[in-house]
Amino acid sequence: MISDLSRFSPSAAPALDDDQLLHVSLGPQHPSTHGVFRMNVALDGETVVSLKPVFGYLHRNHEKIAENATYLSSMPYTDRLDYICPLSNNWAYAQAVEKLAGIEVPERAEYMRVILAELTRLINHTAFAGFILGDMGAWGSALMYAFRERELILDLFEDLTGARMMANFMRFGGCRNDLPAGWAGKVSALVDGYGPFLDEMEDLLIGNEILLSRTRDVGALTKEVLINGGITGPMLRAAGVNYDIRKVEPYGIYQRFDFRIPLGETGDCYDRIMIRFLEMRESIKILRQALDQLPDGPFVHPKAKIRNFKPPVGEAYARIEGPKGELGFHLISDGSANPYRYRVRPPSFINLTLLEDMCLGLDLADVVVILGSIDIVLGEVDR
Amino acid sequence: MSAPDRNPTDQISTDRESPDSHAGELPSQSGEAGFTALQSEAPDSPAALLARLRDALPQAAITLRSNPGPAAQHSLLVEPADLTDVCRLLRDTPDLAFDFLSNVTGVDWPDPAKADAVAVPADGEATTRTAGGFLEVIYHLYSTSRRVGPLVLRTRTADRGDHAKIPSLVAIYRSAEFQEREIFDLFGVEFTGHPDLRRILMWDEFVDHPMRKDYVAPDDYQYEPTPHDAVLQKAKRHYPAQQ
Repeated sequence: MISDLSRFSPSAAPALDDDQLLHVSLGPQHPSTHGVFRMNVALDGETVVSLKPVFGYLHRNHEKIAENATYLSSMPYTDRLDYICPLSNNWAYAQAVEKLAGIEVPERAEYMRVILAELTRLINHTAFAGFILGDMGAWGSALMYAFRERELILDLFEDLTGARMMANFMRFGGCRNDLPAGWAGKVSALVDGYGPFLDEMEDLLIGNEILLSRTRDVGALTKEVLINGGITGPMLRAAGVNYDIRKVEPYGIYQRFDFRIPLGETGDCYDRIMIRFLEMRESIKILRQALDQLPDGPFVHPKAKIRNFKPPVGEAYARIEGPKGELGFHLISDGSANPYRYRVRPPSFINLTLLEDMCLGLDLADVVVILGSIDIVLGEVDR
Repeated sequence: MSAPDRNPTDQISTDRESPDSHAGELPSQSGEAGFTALQSEAPDSPAALLARLRDALPQAAITLRSNPGPAAQHSLLVEPADLTDVCRLLRDTPDLAFDFLSNVTGVDWPDPAKADAVAVPADGEATTRTAGGFLEVIYHLYSTSRRVGPLVLRTRTADRGDHAKIPSLVAIYRSAEFQEREIFDLFGVEFTGHPDLRRILMWDEFVDHPMRKDYVAPDDYQYEPTPHDAVLQKAKRHYPAQQ
């Protein structure tokens, strides 16, 4: 199957002696504001011969904090993992606890979760399009349009949860509160306007010569290597691997919706950008269907326990297709009110595993684009 | 790096022009033929996999551990010495094809009875041996081609001290690289054969493993150790070797 992974060994020796190389420390204040991430890059001229990521500037040991807190009091912390997508994180955690304790979720709450998760996907991919252009030097204009639309969605989140970003909205067995009057109508209006915005954004980007020359054939790896490296989400699908957890292992009520999984061909940075645009079109489809079908009923399971919640002894691993990849939670319960072990499977962190492999042999300027195309958030990488 | 000239608009099979010829479509759009949760029936239940593994690797000590919770994700307990053989077999056997190591979790079990309560041994099988506790590493494997999972593998160190060693899976699953470094950093499990085993989240000079259950957090990292009595006492507890 995978005959030779040694080529990708992180300890592969550079061709030149160490003192003939130029060592550059990129970061920790990375100019493209992906966060406090540092890369120690060794260059032969302009060419990257080794790249060592340095983590931990944002480390607060989220997992240890969660072991010392009740299950519910970790919910606000999940907002701060991938702080672009708090509602997806909420869902992933709630789903893991529901699996651990065997809690049912009422229908209306499932629909609310799908709507919120897909709106979050729109936010993430839109912001991504702005950030990646910033990485290529088009600082400001694309990001301005992206953030204009993002802010419209954040307004909806504020109406619903009281907070633009740090939502703390999901509960074990449903959601925290019901949709305010008229909220679904506002989402419908936003969804109707989103297609034209995407057309405009694609017009701005797709044929752009600078974008094409900076992204095509940059950073591609083979399918086998990507799967072996644990790469998930749009990065994996851009290389043509048909693996989206919403289809492969449908959680929530995703099996009820008609949508498709866009796939790329080469897996280069261009495909990674395009795949996110296509995913947004599919998210709009899901949102339309979910808004049409949104049933009445309770927004949280009537028997869901808020106080004195103690799941039975056991463990559970649950995962969702987050905007950045597979977001999983592995929980171990010893029957007490706090988790014995609380593990986040962070897509941003694991998607960085192959960063060096993607960058070797390319120019330093490509490193910035490749890092941008992975779409990381340091709140999740460092936890 | 001159790119072959290609039409940017048809690079990804888009759905807008020709909705019927979408390359990304799954065999079943409604999802009913999609996924097999591993925990239910043969041939992918952990018990069936255990029988196959025992056939293929008769010398390996593998036992089934059941999960008492509602999730019912049962696991296979593998001895560290057999771990790489088992994983290689799981990855390379065509009709198993567990090609994707999704998640690696480290767990500290100072009390082995608690570990047996979460991962219950079958009747008549030995419970966990080490009196002083051990560290455990749990792997969640999936097959992307067959769309099954998770297969939960767990392996345990001999103790929580000098023999906290487990063979590295980086040569088999590259996705373990950073996750094993994280467990080395936060739990102190030494992954033998890892190509680049360094701390990853804590800084290099840090001396302890914060995710261990008996870890004592210092009051204040920035000024530690401070001359104040209470803080100094706590700092001494934290670094007993320096007293």
